[in-house]
Amino acid sequence: MDLELYLDLLSQPCRAVYIFAKKNGIPFKMHTMELCKGGSGQSPRVWQSNCSVRPTSCPSASCVLQSSCCLRCTAILIYLSCKYQTADHWYPRDLQARARVHEYLGWHADHIRGTFGVPLWTRVLAPLIGTQVPEEKMERNRIAMDQALQQLEDKFLGDKAFLAGQQVTLADLMALEELIQPVAVGHDLFEGRQRLAAWRGRVEAFLGAELCQEAHGPILSVLELVAKKTFPVPQPEAYPNMLRRIARIP
Amino acid sequence: MVLELYLDLLSQPCRAIYIFAKKNRIPFEMRTVELLKGQHLSDAFAQVNPLKKVPALKDGDFILTESVAILLYLTRKYQVPDYWYPQDLQARARVDEYLAWQHTALRRNCLRALWHKVMLPVFLGEPVPPQTLAATLSELDVTLQLLEDKFLQNKTFLAGAHISLADLVAITELMHPVGAGCQVFEGRPKLDAWRQRVEAALGKDLFQEAHEVILKAKDSPPADPTIKQKMMPGVLAMIR
Repeated sequence: MDLELYLDLLSQPCRAVYIFAKKNGIPFKMHTMELCKGGSGQSPRVWQSNCSVRPTSCPSASCVLQSSCCLRCTAILIYLSCKYQTADHWYPRDLQARARVHEYLGWHADHIRGTFGVPLWTRVLAPLIGTQVPEEKMERNRIAMDQALQQLEDKFLGDKAFLAGQQVTLADLMALEELIQPVAVGHDLFEGRQRLAAWRGRVEAFLGAELCQEAHGPILSVLELVAKKTFPVPQPEAYPNMLRRIARIP
Repeated sequence: MVLELYLDLLSQPCRAIYIFAKKNRIPFEMRTVELLKGQHLSDAFAQVNPLKKVPALKDGDFILTESVAILLYLTRKYQVPDYWYPQDLQARARVDEYLAWQHTALRRNCLRALWHKVMLPVFLGEPVPPQTLAATLSELDVTLQLLEDKFLQNKTFLAGAHISLADLVAITELMHPVGAGCQVFEGRPKLDAWRQRVEAALGKDLFQEAHEVILKAKDSPPADPTIKQKMMPGVLAMIR
């Protein structure tokens, strides 16, 4: 098989890549990574690297696309959509339609990525290593999420069916996976936001219930795993990077 | 109807778009939005971009924000030379990869370096604790190392043998801390050599023209108190 994907479904960008590949029938070999453990046998820096796609037909290591955050998964998604010539709506050829996808992805990088990952750190990851995210950071994060959701609804969704147009694009996939993260730790940000909830329904209906269950299963059961003490425990060598990540929460 | 570009050359992404349009002889009307005068917060500009940020593009009725989106739009619409954003899938993926990484990594650190070192104390009259500045400059250092080790490596340009959007975006970002007086290229001969190649490829005159404003940033007169009050929340959010 030509394509190998190194993914951890607890990670938002990894889920986006996984769903995209599956939905489009792109054949790939899955390598499951467990970021929380620091990756079995791998250095703690695997925390930083959470998705990569390795086109095995390429002989040189320079062909490996490494991703160290959701944004670089954008590069992977664009690559896959072009290489496997997926349906046009994902990444439209039309100049203005495609510009809208990139416009969303640019804004997403600043306002969604990073911000919506914080609740998982607060509820699960920080306590796992015996620390806490300070209350002021949690409060600023709640405000940041609220503001981002308002802009998502007003500027991007508006009265359209999807974020960058009337059909599902890469933008919707990236957004959905980020928004699911706080939901998984009990922060239901769709409550009281009917337009956004309806959008989520449309995206999930398009992707299909089975694929959503498969991709979202692990993250949606994270609290259960923690309660049962079956959630993978980070290795000590992962701690410094994790603490740095917590320190960087605004 | 001519393309309109709403820019302030104080801003890194605006410089990249300005240079790109000029280099590729894309006809446009420059609409300067002076950030230090709070012009981005005006009602008039909000009609163009309700999010009150530069850069913004107006092509007839089509308004576009976000710098990477704008650069890619210009690339495709004006059919610029292939090397800027190659048709070859893997070569293009390298550019995409860089553009994605720099958005939060390099950009954030370059912005913070400028504001912590110069703009907050000089323009806004807000002193910055030495530890904060030290931490910011240290993070910038780490990011510069990553830029060299992960992206540039031993290549001529960031995404391969030719200049691309990646290099343009990178160089305009790096000029931010340079404008703040940080010796970004000192002690980094590889990066310095790359910088010279990029400047030569873009053209020294154009490069200098685009960077005149940022290089004078430390001479900014103090902000008017009204402007300062209006700008503070946005500035603090930007550099968090």
